[in-house]
Amino acid sequence: MVMPMPFSTEDLSIYYGEFQAIKNISMGFPAASVTALIGPSGCGKSTFLRSLNRMNDEIAGSRSTGHIWMDGIDLTASGTDVIKLRQRIGMVWQRPNPFYKSIYENIAFGPRYYGIKNRKQLDEIVETSLRRAALWDEVKDRLKESALALSGGQQQRLCIARALSVNPQILLLDEPASALDPVSTGKIEELITELKKDLRIVIVTHNMQQAARVSDYTAYFYLGTLVEHGETDQIFTNPEKNSTQEYIMGRFG
Amino acid sequence: MTTQTQILRSKARKRAKTADKVATVVIIVFALSIVAILLGLIGFIMFRGLGHISWHFLTSNPQTIREGGGIGPPLFNSLYLLVLTMIITIPLGLGGGIYMSEYAKPGKITSFIRLVVEVLSSFPSIVIGLFGLLVFVNTFELGFSLLAGALALTIFNLPLMVRITEQAFAGVPREQKEAGLALGLSKWKIITSIMLPVAIPSLVTGTILAAGRVFGEAAALLFTSGMTTPPLNFSDWNPLHPRSPLNPLRPAETLATHIWKVNSEGLAPDAIQIAAGASAVLVIMVLLFNLFARWGGRTLYRYMTASKRMN
Ligand SMILES: Nc1ncnc2c1ncn2[C@@H]1O[C@H](COP(=O)(O)OP(=O)(O)OP(=O)(O)O)[C@@H](O)[C@H]1O
Ligand SMILES: [Mg+2]
Repeated sequence: MVMPMPFSTEDLSIYYGEFQAIKNISMGFPAASVTALIGPSGCGKSTFLRSLNRMNDEIAGSRSTGHIWMDGIDLTASGTDVIKLRQRIGMVWQRPNPFYKSIYENIAFGPRYYGIKNRKQLDEIVETSLRRAALWDEVKDRLKESALALSGGQQQRLCIARALSVNPQILLLDEPASALDPVSTGKIEELITELKKDLRIVIVTHNMQQAARVSDYTAYFYLGTLVEHGETDQIFTNPEKNSTQEYIMGRFG
Repeated sequence: MTTQTQILRSKARKRAKTADKVATVVIIVFALSIVAILLGLIGFIMFRGLGHISWHFLTSNPQTIREGGGIGPPLFNSLYLLVLTMIITIPLGLGGGIYMSEYAKPGKITSFIRLVVEVLSSFPSIVIGLFGLLVFVNTFELGFSLLAGALALTIFNLPLMVRITEQAFAGVPREQKEAGLALGLSKWKIITSIMLPVAIPSLVTGTILAAGRVFGEAAALLFTSGMTTPPLNFSDWNPLHPRSPLNPLRPAETLATHIWKVNSEGLAPDAIQIAAGASAVLVIMVLLFNLFARWGGRTLYRYMTASKRMN
């Protein structure tokens, strides 16, 4: 047997009631890289992504079998401290969802909750997180203003900064740019390329150009199964499976 | 496209436009008539009562037989009873509403609780008054007292408060909760720090509604807080002293019960004017409380969400 990767799933299945949305998926997410999840609508990308930080547990009627490994620990084990785990795995959604608080509070909230009370330390975390999310220069003079006053693209970067504020090792992005204009999308893509230097990133996208631009690995999902998974270059130029090629071609066309 | 279909389409469009205009006019007429009724009502009460309001009227004791009675103690009692009731109602209502919206799993028990809340909210207040008489006044031996009145009003208001809290929390975007969960926050932290601030505007509205009912309620209070006020010593603010205005175990007639009493069995020659003046004061208090609660809610919301407006 091959050693499981530091972050990987093994035989992971997810059910909503009787319906099996994810079917026995085993795949790894290499460090310092971006893995893109692609596939037609309803094939289970979001479900799979949400299960990685156990957000799927919050949906009534959902359950899972199989394992998720992180540094040798099984995240699906019943004793797992979900709260600690979520601190290590950040998540950002399609629609920006900043808290109804100031820009500063959006970022400082998590760290403060985890025990950092020192004002200077918090200031520092806020600045670093915003810088890492390429938002600092745009908001540094208005940190006390409501986060809801920011543009959609800025809000989305704020959400990324908020996820970064608690220093996660993994970032899960569910179509993070699909509600944004091309300029904001470009910024988010640059950001992803920058962030992957010290993070594992998993991104769901319907945009094939985007997958090709930002990801190192691509996984093609169809009806809850993992059809093909490999290096992005290879998946896009020379996929093994016909259905992968058809999906990608259809999407590019 | 043939000219005929073109004509038909433009006719249809015109018809739609006319319908739109008619509907707009009808709606505006309805809205205006509601405003007119409300203004007329307030104007009528003010017209009848304002002339009778004076500093003396607001501060002196009521008179049973002689002329020149005031409404000092009832006015104070109304305000104090409001505070007492809210101290009990708000925590219970928030707790119940948060439970219903965030903790209760859909099922038989939850539906049953919801049914009970709804039945309770349609109880006639006189029944709640009689219940308060039996349970709080007699069984718990609270006597005719502010506390018994506050408890009866809590029963009266709790369903409203629970329902409004439940709806306020259910109205918070699900994405807010998800964001908190993904950050690893506990459920309680998400409820108190993420959702509560968002829910504040609706909670303020609910509190205003509940408070308005406290000001206006008479039937539930006749047999609980009573229809008399003992002589009060307005320089003694120790709640434990029997003659202190703050003593929650003393009987107290409120403005609303006082109006009721003066109107139904008032012997003073100026009973009609006193009722009119007291009514005007009651209306003014409700209006003032509305403004104050809205201003307070807005300030709180701004403080907690760093926003400029209440949206
Ligand atoms: N909360 C839920 N309850 C029941 N079934 C669900 C739930 N969420 C998703 N599903 C089902 O699971 C399957 C996968 O859904 P999922 O949202 O993961 O797809 P997706 O690949 O992210 O689609 P999209 O590209 O449209 O976002 C779908 O058949 C969907 O109907
Ligand atoms: Mg999805």
